[in-house]
Amino acid sequence: SPDLSGFLPNGTPVDTSSPASSSSLLNRLQLDDDLDGETRDLFVTVDDPKKHVCTMETYITYRVTTKTTRAEFDLPEYSVRRRYQDFDWLRNKLEESQPTHLIPPLPEKFVVKGVVDRFSEEFVETRRKALDKFLKRITDHPVLSFNDHFNVFLTAKDLNAYKKQGMALLSKMGESVKYVTGGYKLRSRPLEFAAIGEYLDTFSLKLGTIDRIAQRIIKEQLEYLVELREYGPVYSTWGALEVELSEPLEGLSACIGNCCTALEELSEDMTEDFLPVLREYILYSESMKNVLKKRDQVQAEYEAKLEAVALKKEDRPKVPTDVEKCQDRVECFNADLKADMERWQNNKRQDFRQLLMGMADKNIQYYEKCLTAWESIIPLLQDKPETK
Amino acid sequence: MWCGRREGRASSSLCPAWLMLHESLFSSSEKMEDCLAKKMEITVSEAEKRTGRNAMNIQETYTAYLIETRWVMRAHSQSMWMLDSLWRRYSEFELLRNYLSVTYPHIVVPPLPEKRADFVWHKLSADNMDPDFVERRRIGLENFLLRVASHPVLCQDKIFYSFLTQLFFPFFQADSRLKALNATFRVKNPDKRFTELKHYSDELQSVISHLLRVRARVADRLYGVYKVHGNYGRVFSEWSAIEKEMGDGLQSAGHHMDVYAASIDDILEEEEHYADQLKEYLFYAEALRAVCRKHELMQYDLEMAAQDLTSKKQQCEELATGTVRTFSLKGMTSKLFGQETPEQREAKIKVLEEQIQEGEEQLKSKNLEGRDFVKSAWADIERFKEQKNHDLKEALISYAVMQISMCKKGIQVWTNAKECFSKM
Repeated sequence: SPDLSGFLPNGTPVDTSSPASSSSLLNRLQLDDDLDGETRDLFVTVDDPKKHVCTMETYITYRVTTKTTRAEFDLPEYSVRRRYQDFDWLRNKLEESQPTHLIPPLPEKFVVKGVVDRFSEEFVETRRKALDKFLKRITDHPVLSFNDHFNVFLTAKDLNAYKKQGMALLSKMGESVKYVTGGYKLRSRPLEFAAIGEYLDTFSLKLGTIDRIAQRIIKEQLEYLVELREYGPVYSTWGALEVELSEPLEGLSACIGNCCTALEELSEDMTEDFLPVLREYILYSESMKNVLKKRDQVQAEYEAKLEAVALKKEDRPKVPTDVEKCQDRVECFNADLKADMERWQNNKRQDFRQLLMGMADKNIQYYEKCLTAWESIIPLLQDKPETK
Repeated sequence: MWCGRREGRASSSLCPAWLMLHESLFSSSEKMEDCLAKKMEITVSEAEKRTGRNAMNIQETYTAYLIETRWVMRAHSQSMWMLDSLWRRYSEFELLRNYLSVTYPHIVVPPLPEKRADFVWHKLSADNMDPDFVERRRIGLENFLLRVASHPVLCQDKIFYSFLTQLFFPFFQADSRLKALNATFRVKNPDKRFTELKHYSDELQSVISHLLRVRARVADRLYGVYKVHGNYGRVFSEWSAIEKEMGDGLQSAGHHMDVYAASIDDILEEEEHYADQLKEYLFYAEALRAVCRKHELMQYDLEMAAQDLTSKKQQCEELATGTVRTFSLKGMTSKLFGQETPEQREAKIKVLEEQIQEGEEQLKSKNLEGRDFVKSAWADIERFKEQKNHDLKEALISYAVMQISMCKKGIQVWTNAKECFSKM
């Protein structure tokens, strides 16, 4: 009898040497452990943005600090400075070298809406948070976190040297780079991937709507703030005309002033904390859609090759090795994608729970501040008993 | 055809808040004993749209308001033709107010509610036939009647009384003195107190109208902020359809967003009442200015009389001494056409002397009248100030209470939404 030890019951060969296929199992194992930080062995943070002014350009660098116990790293701790285009380089490299995986999105390079000051404190802080999130998502990934480019990004003193040498330095990745081939068209997506595709379409559509609503609310709030800022002082002007009512009217003016401050904080929080997360997820779903397309191509290639073999009608029971390889690739891809999707769904659920609860919290805090302000003026308005 | 009826008599206890306020103000004064508002319950209980022909026989649509009166104490003798309810339209209220302001120039006559909706946030209709506007005007007209009925002087007016209880009440036209209010004139010696008061009423009017304008804009913007949140309700619900674990939480959070968006309607409707309270004082500022204007007119009258008397005295002296101090046409004619006879001169002097005596008496009585006016006007202004401070404090308290309840509602809705999000 043939040796079946290398095969699963359904006859699919288990390619233990492929890092891609093993990832799905690893994914599942780590997913649960992921939640408590105990098992984590790699910690990356982005902080301390610094502005660099050169003759040619002005840019911001961020400090990337790594703490790890992994054997892949020579030292337990690294600290390097990276700029946005380095992150961009990393993301491109990851996309090239890990085509079967969902690569987290980077914040948009250019801010399209309005003329935003790229060097303003708010902008830099928002971007820092997004970059930090990007690296944390890679760090948490069982496959991506072991990527050599990532390792280089975290540890290299001179990243530009690596960038110039390109693939020569990491030749072992050479094969997987050519993984994706174009020119094939998939007839129909398998049901489960079609469902993911449909889900992503609706998801990004709804998120786009939420993004627009949130922006509109911020806009309305700012317009409300403008009117409120005019409203408060009118009471103060009135107070100056009055004798007995002077104090209560002044109090009212101050109260409205406090409400203005609270409102300002609310819309700032929404702009800085709420909108960037929404944007990240919109980009995330775009990345996911790209991975789905790549998967389709791999499957299409396989099907085309299989068809070609069938046409030859050669009476050979064995499928040629390159077709077999193709099938293997499709299966690896499917497994990786499903695992990543599941991981992403889990992250998404946690992130949105946190995000939306945060939004509710900010609104509650806003109303609490206003409540305190309004309650404080009641004693000013009540007749002091028999002071006459 | 719609008609807005107040639900029963019980709710009328809600509106005479103004009345109670007056009682608290005047409870110690004796005048209050005679106050009509204490003896009679006055309500404007209904509004009805009507169509009829006016004096020019042109078809017109107007709103009539039902005035209902009820004696609290039966002791008062009641005439046969007295009605306990009758319909009046806004223009009749205007006639009544005109009459009061002419008859009692020294009194800050309570203002009528606005003729046309003004300073409203966009959601409210500016149509005079709009049920909401009519309802707010109904409350305003009732408030006006209660203000008059609880005023120590105005409440005793017979015509006011017949306005409430008799179908036909004596018609009256604004007299020439009122018309003169619009003419421009300048007094030489204005009373500093009235000048200051006029200045105050100008400032008050400008600050309240500014306040009302900005408040309407604030209300508009707030409305926008709340309503845009309503979109979350729909999108959360749509999104929930594609989610598994998150679905239920999103769906119910969406429901809370709908509740949040809808809550602003009631909040702003309630706030409109505060705007109406401010508006009354915007119009009160005008009434206050009218008193100042009438004082000025009186002062002007007095000054003119004094000036007339001085010139007559001078003429008399000239005739008596035969000297012309100042160049005059009379002097010229007498030079050209020869001197008058002594008899003619005597007769002229006699006429002038009579006129001087008459003028002096007139001036005396005008001075007295003026002093009386100042005295009673100032008393009413003091009363008004007290009423104003009290009313506005009450209005601001209720405004603050509204804001507090809005904040509490906001906290409640977001806490509920948070609860839903936490279950995702």
